Amino acid sequence: MSKLKSTLGIVAIAFITLTAMSCKDNKNEQNNADGNHSEMSADEDHSKMKHDNSDEHHDGDKKEMAMSGDGNSQAVLKDYFNLKNALVADDNAKAKTLGATLATTLGNFDVSSNFSDTQKAELKDIIEDAVEHAEHISESDIGHQREHFKILSKDVSDMVAITGTENTLYQQFCPMYDGGSAWLSLSKDIKNPYYGSQMLNCGKVQKEIN
Amino acid sequence: MRIVKIIAIILLVAFVGIQFIPTTRNQSDTVPSTDFMLVNNVPETIQKKLQVSCYDCHSNNTQYPWYNKIQPVAWFLEDHIKEGKAELNFNEWDSLSSRRKASKLRSIIKQIENGEMPLDSYTLIHSEATFTEAEAEELINFITQLKDSL
Repeated sequence: MSKLKSTLGIVAIAFITLTAMSCKDNKNEQNNADGNHSEMSADEDHSKMKHDNSDEHHDGDKKEMAMSGDGNSQAVLKDYFNLKNALVADDNAKAKTLGATLATTLGNFDVSSNFSDTQKAELKDIIEDAVEHAEHISESDIGHQREHFKILSKDVSDMVAITGTENTLYQQFCPMYDGGSAWLSLSKDIKNPYYGSQMLNCGKVQKEIN
Repeated sequence: MRIVKIIAIILLVAFVGIQFIPTTRNQSDTVPSTDFMLVNNVPETIQKKLQVSCYDCHSNNTQYPWYNKIQPVAWFLEDHIKEGKAELNFNEWDSLSSRRKASKLRSIIKQIENGEMPLDSYTLIHSEATFTEAEAEELINFITQLKDSL
């Protein structure tokens, strides 16, 4: 009987120590697992998006962007528009995945080519800021996602001012959201990413960017 | 009865044992010249509030209560501080560009407005860190001003 007790005791102490020791490692592993997970779901989403493309008829954003080149800023714009469309559709989960995708694309942005030093510095700054907002979007509820999308939109507009764009973009503006908020779109039609179905057509075209 | 005793001893040994596992302490004697308080003209009441409510996790110097030096509490804390500083470090404020400052200030306003910061797990122990409505308003007004002056 006492043998049983001491065995129990040893098992218990081993268990406690291991739990304590592995506490942090566990966390890391969890993070890794999360990372993999989001990557995986991003992939899933890509295939979904492709699927969406085929039966998408009301919004030209995705189709048009898919045709454009794979330059840095074009890739950012493509992910930005996909994210915008998810917010227009009130799709929190999709916006999370697309936020993560955008953060990765932004992270891969190579500022080394074709720009002056001041432009490079500004681009770096814009990207650093935008990455943070995209990351927050990848882990927030839809209200927060929209808050971050507002500043992200400003960052992306400022990026376009430096890099230019292959497609004509429309800067649109909704005076009601958070004291007035702008976003970019490939189409003239207003589809409000800040309100979604709640007020889909609130806003107007502010300017055309070529 | 004996088994209770054995378990008690085991727990004690484990508890003492984990105290020897080192953690990184977030402590610094110097306040860098980039500190939020040093580069901005912050009213004294707000300085105090920031110090009490934010600086423990959002600066290079944490005021540790004695029980936070004890495991496993210290591990829990270490993680929070790491995360907090990655998000915003008031000590390194002035090394941010205007764009990033504006972003951070906007986030501060939203977090306070929505009562998301300070974290509940923090105010549970540091009740003085909680913002009253008046304090929140004062801080938000100040931060808004600062943001508009960037």
